Amino acid sequence: MPDVGRAALLVTLGLSLYATVAGAWAARTRRRRLADSAGNALLAALGTSAVAAAVLLVALLRHDFSFTYVADHTSTRLPTGYTISAFWGGQEGSLLLWLLVLAAYASAAVFVNRRRAPDLAAWSVPVLGAVMTFFALLLVAVASPFTTQAAPAEGAGLNPSLQNPYMLAHPPLLYLGYVGLTIPFAFAIGALLAKRTDERWIVATRRWTLVAWTALGIGQLLGSHWAYVEVGWGGFYAWDPVENAALMPWLAATAFLHSVMIQEKRGMLRIWNVLLVILAFGLSLFGTFLTRSGVVNSIHSFTESSIGPWFLGFICVVVAFSLALVFVRLPLLRSKTRLESLVSREAAFLYNNLLLVAFCLTILWGVAFPMLSELVRGESRTLGQPYYNFFLRAFGLPLLLLMGLGPLIAWRRASVRALSRTFAWPAGVALATGLVLLAAGAGSSPPGLIAYTFSTFVLASIALEFVRGARASGSVLQLVGRNRRRYGGYIVHAAIVLIAIGVAGSAYDSVAEGRLRPGETLTAGPWTAVYRSLDQERAANALELRARVDLYHDRELAGTIYPGKNRYFAEAQTSNEMAIHTDWLRAEDVDVITDQINTDGSVYFRVIVKPLVNLIWVAGVIFLFGSLVAMWPDAREQRRLAARYAPASA
Amino acid sequence: MTTALVVAAVLAVLAVGVVAAPFLRDPDGRNDVLERRDVLDERRLELSEERDRALLALRELEFDHRTGKISDDDYRMLVGDYRRRAAAAMRALEPTTRRRQAVDVQR
Repeated sequence: MPDVGRAALLVTLGLSLYATVAGAWAARTRRRRLADSAGNALLAALGTSAVAAAVLLVALLRHDFSFTYVADHTSTRLPTGYTISAFWGGQEGSLLLWLLVLAAYASAAVFVNRRRAPDLAAWSVPVLGAVMTFFALLLVAVASPFTTQAAPAEGAGLNPSLQNPYMLAHPPLLYLGYVGLTIPFAFAIGALLAKRTDERWIVATRRWTLVAWTALGIGQLLGSHWAYVEVGWGGFYAWDPVENAALMPWLAATAFLHSVMIQEKRGMLRIWNVLLVILAFGLSLFGTFLTRSGVVNSIHSFTESSIGPWFLGFICVVVAFSLALVFVRLPLLRSKTRLESLVSREAAFLYNNLLLVAFCLTILWGVAFPMLSELVRGESRTLGQPYYNFFLRAFGLPLLLLMGLGPLIAWRRASVRALSRTFAWPAGVALATGLVLLAAGAGSSPPGLIAYTFSTFVLASIALEFVRGARASGSVLQLVGRNRRRYGGYIVHAAIVLIAIGVAGSAYDSVAEGRLRPGETLTAGPWTAVYRSLDQERAANALELRARVDLYHDRELAGTIYPGKNRYFAEAQTSNEMAIHTDWLRAEDVDVITDQINTDGSVYFRVIVKPLVNLIWVAGVIFLFGSLVAMWPDAREQRRLAARYAPASA
Repeated sequence: MTTALVVAAVLAVLAVGVVAAPFLRDPDGRNDVLERRDVLDERRLELSEERDRALLALRELEFDHRTGKISDDDYRMLVGDYRRRAAAAMRALEPTTRRRQAVDVQR
């Protein structure tokens, strides 16, 4: 069995190398059959990497502990779902997932564009092949999932934090996002190599970018929810380096999705767009490096390994090569159109881009700072939450406002009279909301108050766009159907606003903590928690200790919850199992955490009342819906593009 | 071990088959050249992008005007320019397409 896996990886490496070398040669010498052959190598690599993945999956399901990876990440007591998720729970498995997903993306993107844009696809194949070669080489030579040993009687089990249903979807979605950003990168570099700097690379990769961006966004939200319900500290985002690693490429891709519209509509920002794609891909590699190298301390980096220098070297090569290529092609990338007014839609998009990239780079600095300080001073110093929160406010609040302003401003230029008429209604609603909130006491957190006021402004402007558009088009369905990208984008904006509201809600958390004996109470805001008893139950893989807690809202029983701890047998680890009571009517969560369970039956509890936090999870559904609307194919647009890019001799 | 070797060999053969397929399908290699775009095609593409950009901008402008986002004055000022751009791109496209067809006939 392991030999089959090793052989499959070796063949994948050979195929990837062939795609790189033969693909580059074919594109340079314009040989059609060789270019097709190199493209086919990517497809064949998908098959062989799928065989390697199947071997690992079967070994996991059979609990074949002669595979070191299986013994290190599973045990016979681990439920089947988590046994499957152990595939990406460790370094070698997750690298194999990277390779598999990349092979799938690469072969699909190349085959879709092979006839539409042959020269562009031909130059993209060697780029994709080179990235696949790197990952295949890592799996063959540095971090093989198929190393074997004398099989122990029992495996080490899976990290308890990973034993959560979210772990079945969160990592694969992040990988879909990280890996998906390879496609726009490969086509952008392919376009530069082919000296084709028209819009074809953008048209060819628009949907792939959206798919990757959506997967990365949903993956992060699932990760946040996992952190919220599983890690047991009462928060959902801690500016952990590995969390940041997923946020950075998402921010860069968000900037790209906006600025690419300026290139499509006004022919501007060509250099900027290519740089953004390089940044997004570079950051997705950096994210994988952070997660897998063990260079940073994070609850998410479950491994320490020797792949760090390999990744760092590859990132340096990718960035240096890409920037050198952009520099060489600068004359082809210069746009003929210039910004006409600082008050126009494209100017708003530009401000949005600057803020997104600035935010992304400040996070990058925060993540890299401990590594750099260790390198320079010999001591690792970290930048804590206040650093990130400061920049979240400094860049996030103007971004929020721009989300409302941008769609209301016309392209090219807008007169003050038209602007004041358009802004009047949303600004009035926002101002009124702000005043009401101030009167209600929301002024205790000025950033929170500003965030809520701006959020109201954005939601009102989106509502206005829909109402006016529906009036002009006849119905909302017709309106959205004819302008999917625009109105899908507005739906996504609404989701981001809900996330902003949920995040801003953290400023109004109420917290109480203390050691309680059965019958004693703890009060946070209008909520009172009464500790009743402590019970324990033996599950298949853990001993589950649970405190029974009755929750009262203004002396009225609202429910009973069971926070506690799990003591895992195989892993010899303990996890905090927070209990959450969701009050949809009051739009708040009550989180009860058992920080310490004592042998005398007393428990140290923490009770946190979190207003509006659930909007973040609701936003995930809306975000996905909006993204699907935006990426849904538009027949009219397809016909227009087909006519534009019809074969040269047609 | 033997099974593994057989599976590996089968995988390698299949992979070679997939990779060699373009050569096996077209052993003579007639027209073994990737689509080549000459200066005329590049110009046609550039003009098509310019035309589409102007037409799309016109469509959005009309829509924004109907929804009241753009004042009548702004609309009048912008619509003429977009129409001129679209018309210029379309006019320039015609001879490019005719020349393209002539070149193809000569070929």
